[in-house]
Amino acid sequence: MAKELLKGNHAFAEAAVRAGVEAFYGYPITPSTEFLEYMSARLPALGRVFVQAESEVAAINMVYGAACTGKRVMTASSSPGLSLMMEGISYIAGTEVPAVVVNVMRGGPGLGNIAPSQGDYYQMIKGGGHGDYFPIVLAPASVQEAIDYIGLAFDLADKYRAIVHIVVDGNMGQMMEPAELPPMREIPEKVPDWAVSGAKGREPNILTSIYIDPVDEEVTNLRLLKRWKEIEKNEVIFKEYAVEDAEYLVIGFGTAGRVASSAVREAREAGIKAGLLRPITLAPFPSQRLEELADQVKRILVVEMNSGMMLDDVIRIVKGKVPVEFYGRMGGVTPLPDEIYAEIRRVSENTGPGAEDPRDEWIPRLEKFISGEK
Amino acid sequence: MDETSIIISGFGGQGTLFAGQVLAYASMDNGLEVTWIPSYGPEMRGGTAHCTVIVSEEAIGSPLVRNPDVVLALNLPSVDKYETLVKEGGVLVANSSLFDREITRQSIKSLLIPVNKIAEEIGLARLGNMIMVGAMLALKPILPLEKVKEALGNHIPERHKKTLPMNFEAMDKGYRFAKDHL
Amino acid sequence: MVATAEVIYQRPESFTEVHTHYCPGCTHGVAHRLVAEVIDEMGLREKTIGVAPVGCSVFAYRYFKMDFVEAAHGRAPAMATGIKRVLPDRTVFTYQGDGDLASIGIAEIMHAAGRGENITVIFINNAIYGMTGGQMAPTTLEGMKTTSSPLGRDVKLAGYPIRMAELLSNMDGSAYIVRRSMHNAANVRKSKKAIRLAFEAQERGLGFSLVELLSSCPTNWKLTPQEALDFVGEKMVPVFPLGDYKVHPTLENLKV
Ligand SMILES: Cc1ncc(C[n+]2csc(CCOP(=O)(O)OP(=O)(O)O)c2C)c(N)n1
Ligand code: SF4
Repeated sequence: MAKELLKGNHAFAEAAVRAGVEAFYGYPITPSTEFLEYMSARLPALGRVFVQAESEVAAINMVYGAACTGKRVMTASSSPGLSLMMEGISYIAGTEVPAVVVNVMRGGPGLGNIAPSQGDYYQMIKGGGHGDYFPIVLAPASVQEAIDYIGLAFDLADKYRAIVHIVVDGNMGQMMEPAELPPMREIPEKVPDWAVSGAKGREPNILTSIYIDPVDEEVTNLRLLKRWKEIEKNEVIFKEYAVEDAEYLVIGFGTAGRVASSAVREAREAGIKAGLLRPITLAPFPSQRLEELADQVKRILVVEMNSGMMLDDVIRIVKGKVPVEFYGRMGGVTPLPDEIYAEIRRVSENTGPGAEDPRDEWIPRLEKFISGEK
Repeated sequence: MDETSIIISGFGGQGTLFAGQVLAYASMDNGLEVTWIPSYGPEMRGGTAHCTVIVSEEAIGSPLVRNPDVVLALNLPSVDKYETLVKEGGVLVANSSLFDREITRQSIKSLLIPVNKIAEEIGLARLGNMIMVGAMLALKPILPLEKVKEALGNHIPERHKKTLPMNFEAMDKGYRFAKDHL
Repeated sequence: MVATAEVIYQRPESFTEVHTHYCPGCTHGVAHRLVAEVIDEMGLREKTIGVAPVGCSVFAYRYFKMDFVEAAHGRAPAMATGIKRVLPDRTVFTYQGDGDLASIGIAEIMHAAGRGENITVIFINNAIYGMTGGQMAPTTLEGMKTTSSPLGRDVKLAGYPIRMAELLSNMDGSAYIVRRSMHNAANVRKSKKAIRLAFEAQERGLGFSLVELLSSCPTNWKLTPQEALDFVGEKMVPVFPLGDYKVHPTLENLKV
């Protein structure tokens, strides 16, 4: 199939259609609304299910219900909507049913704005909903990657009976890029044996997240944890650029990672031995690879569109082997390549020990930059 | 060709987003990498609408830039904003129908073009964006004019097909104006 | 001597052989039984999916011998919607208390009705939060003492009881909305008939159906089971009038 010029939100939605999504339940919110709008036309035309719910709370609980039937189901929303969905997400995780949830992240907290952000890292990666559970989180950085990983998201959700989040930001939802859509997948006839469908000729299936006896709940927690360990072993995905001989490692995901790739390229042209690690699975995080790289490079620069959330994971994994520095933009501001390039330059010239909390050094730099920019 | 970054900026309704898409389609059809990213949301209601297009032979990193190689400014606020931001040696094409001032920056290639007037001569007010695209291709030939026209023909929405000849004329006029005035 | 036995009472096929956890004299158990009998009579067991709420009936799935899911507090109508839309030929019902349906889940129930969602809702109105130990519910009567309205519900501070059947009957998507009571045998029989009609509405694809059942909570009302039933008849019925609030024409002359 040839490449087409595809708009992010539409492409993600069509990729989900082709991956066999049978139902979409959602509630409008910028900048993910086009996803819902696309589904509202596309799914009914295919004889599949689309419902505009009365709220994100209702939407995720519809997803929960439909997920219990073993069908491929999903929703897409943006940051404030995800906050409302966290209840249902926790139930889905606790009931061990598969579902895919897309978050087109925007500036926050609160109503914030509709500009691109990565401020939901903690919420999406560390849980967000209540209780002990482990979502798989994918962070594509181009329209093509988003298309590819939406298909994978459904497969992973089914394989592990887990919740899979795809996090992108408004940039990716809105941008157009040439990309290739996969062929339409057959929708499997077979219902998974755990699904509810009417107890015809078999014992009833009960799907719940309730384990009144703490020991039963603990056994469940343990099962989820062990499953997560499997996921950590099998499902890590990342991309690298120019790391072979890199002395300065930049780490960023999604749009920030993509912007950083331009800066790294520029740095290379200027003779700075910079390289980029771009995690695609934020959970499970490419920890092992980062540990290896931490043995190789002199310094690490983490770039994010938040106040340094992945940064904490990087610090934990690097264990002080080399100084870790941070550059972030917040509130819906996307860093531009020249900013990151200047940071790479600075990092490559810095031989200091690095701060215990890299944010302490970053805050004054950012303040200076903002005042100069305005 | 290296990477070229283009910002097209104007009032909502001036067709800036579509002009960017035409360049994006033409780039894709001719085997180049391209990204197109719009301003979106409340910014677009009544105010300005702009998009960033990056065209490259290699995989594109950042879809956004601070200092674009080319700016097509369809109104005065866009000229004010981007005159200083265009990269050294870059190109600024400005719609002089909507303002009356010189471009003072010397280290860039600038062109004042009265696109509203030219559009009226052709007989369709909304052609300013395509005149701009034509002019740009004369100053920064990322693709041959004919290739961009071909792409427009292939991707223009069905309901606008009948305006295709006028769109072509607009691109030609913009292209010629730029050639004549530099 | 030949002994003959006539079965006059037996466990419905749609029931599991598990004792319920409900308090003695609680009408939840009777309501469950009515639902099970109707599902048996209509032969729906093998195609039914139940949605349990959060509330005293959180374990409803233990007692019904059929596929069941367990919703978050108040979200049963949304979950049922999710299921029904992908499995439109199955029978889907929710079983919800008044805190679940009329408080935290009022948006979900109103919109399920508004969409004409082809599901059946069994709504247990016992004027109190049972599971959490007797707090005020949206349906708590004026002046009624609960653990969170210790001086009695003061409508100036805590508002008025919400009449869900009346509210839901105003939704165009509703096909069958009635209120019945569980306080004596005659009313229990009427309740069963209403439950039957609600499922008939769903099987005929007529839209949203709901049976509100005035029920007792002797434990949290601090009454004996009989006193509690009397309370339903004497105190609740005047505030929550029994009746048919909306009946789809197709159901009007249906003989069940
Ligand atoms: C989000 C959330 N808030 C609060 C609770 C605690 N809770 C459990 S059951 C319940 C009230 C149930 O009352 P009702 O729906 O009237 O059912 P009943 O127990 O009377 O049958 C509450 C508040 C919860 N489980 N979830
Ligand atoms: S607390 Fe009330 S509603 Fe709950 S089981 Fe006991 S009597 Fe029934």
